[in-house]
Amino acid sequence: MTVIEVQNLRKAYGDTVAVRDVSFTVEPGEIFGILGPNGAGKTTTVEAICGLRRPDAGTIKVLGRNPEDRSLRYEVGVQLQESGLPDRLTVAEALDLYATFYPEPADWHELTRDLGLGEKLSTPYAKLSGGQKQRLSIALALIGRPKIAILDELTTGLDPQARRDTWDLIESVRDRGVTIVLVTHFMEEAERLCDRLAVIDHGEVVALSTPAGLIAGLDTEQRIRFRTAEPLEEALLTGLPEVSKVHTRGTQVEVTGTGNLLYAVTAVLAQRQIIAVDLRVEQASLDDAFVRLTARSAKEQ
Amino acid sequence: MRVFAKLTLTEFRLFLREPVSAFFVLLFPTLLVVILGSIPSFREPTEDLGGGRVIDLYVGIAVVLTLAMVAIQVAPAVLATYRERGVLRRLATTPVSPLKMLGAQLAMNGIAAVLSTALVLAVGRIVFDVALAEQFAGFVLAFLLTLAGTLAIGLFVAAVAPSGKAGNAIGTVLFFPLMFFAGLWTPREVMPDILRRIADFTPLGAGERALSDAMTGSWPNLLSATVLLAYLAGFGLAAVRLFRWS
Repeated sequence: MTVIEVQNLRKAYGDTVAVRDVSFTVEPGEIFGILGPNGAGKTTTVEAICGLRRPDAGTIKVLGRNPEDRSLRYEVGVQLQESGLPDRLTVAEALDLYATFYPEPADWHELTRDLGLGEKLSTPYAKLSGGQKQRLSIALALIGRPKIAILDELTTGLDPQARRDTWDLIESVRDRGVTIVLVTHFMEEAERLCDRLAVIDHGEVVALSTPAGLIAGLDTEQRIRFRTAEPLEEALLTGLPEVSKVHTRGTQVEVTGTGNLLYAVTAVLAQRQIIAVDLRVEQASLDDAFVRLTARSAKEQ
Repeated sequence: MRVFAKLTLTEFRLFLREPVSAFFVLLFPTLLVVILGSIPSFREPTEDLGGGRVIDLYVGIAVVLTLAMVAIQVAPAVLATYRERGVLRRLATTPVSPLKMLGAQLAMNGIAAVLSTALVLAVGRIVFDVALAEQFAGFVLAFLLTLAGTLAIGLFVAAVAPSGKAGNAIGTVLFFPLMFFAGLWTPREVMPDILRRIADFTPLGAGERALSDAMTGSWPNLLSATVLLAYLAGFGLAAVRLFRWS
């Protein structure tokens, strides 16, 4: 059964169309990413799924129900941007309070340990750093043992270590069978965590695929860089069908091309007993795919 | 019910952690009674008040002051801040309706007002020999009517205030003229007729008159009760229509 189904969602605020036409489905147990530049309509889409905004047109079903159905609040945990807590409420009080909202809450001591908040239990909300507030927010989204967790800009404001810890936590939550919708603009995060992605731009879905699928959809060239002990004869490589361009500067070599470029180049080098040092392969990343997709949709606008 | 009790308890704890508002709500009205009561002439019966004492009047006024503090000063600032900071928005994604939080906030204010009023009455009775309300049921009724009418105004302020700071500012601007008509500076008994007429139609003026009726042994007068109910209905409905959760 499909967990979330969004069909031709449209939402405008006055004259500003925030979401023009968005459709996608989220399947059970997956981590589904919603990617897009600022102002693309991600947050409005998520708010509509949470039942906080009523769509102007289109339909949304969450676990087969209308998002405004209050019974869904027990099954959907939400961490939204721009939502806070009273300044003087402590971490422990917030978790203890939110735990009473649900019939079978998670053990919040465990949750705070996993999120690295164990030392901060008696700290008031106003005294937490941005990253700690963010982690508390994630804990509150997970405290009701939801079937679906919707996390908006999950790791914004976290330092790299905390970001990686949070990713581990999200994966462990998914492993317990929770379906996760992740709104993000970090490509690394999307690439690492998401099973499938919807790229939204100007209120429309411009791509819907796996991270690898999005990258493969780009017919980009690869680039190989290395150094050799002696300056390399460019002609050795320019003849290969995979190679489109060779550029040398002193002992630095840069080869661009397509297909199985790395194998073709290293085979020639090995045959000539040339040793390549500091060899680096640059492949298209989700970053490239994202920039390409959103640039194209900007042009079409 | 368990959730509501927990929310109310949490709100009460947070209220106590704001020392300034906790002081003004819980202790200041009693302090006012103590200060005025320590002026010897205020403890003597005077002709101007038909044989009553100034301190007798100020016990009633201190109760109105308590209600004004919670309803016009504390509640709008807290609720507008909750909206500004997204506290209500976060709550809207949980099984608990933000309406429950609103209710808990109002309940907390009601409890604080009751505690402070009890302290005012006890100190008035024990230290200055101010008689407790002869018409106790009438006192409770007048108290509840005033609480409801002023909280409706506070909710309306919370509904229209764009931020916590604005809520606080609007509350403060309203507070002084409203307390003036409640007789904080010049008790209603010595106001000129025209001012007394105006005071009868202000929420705190009506509240003070209703409470004072009960203190002296009668039920709240019909005009004051009607005025308070009108504030409750008018501002209450407007607040419900205008309140935004985020």
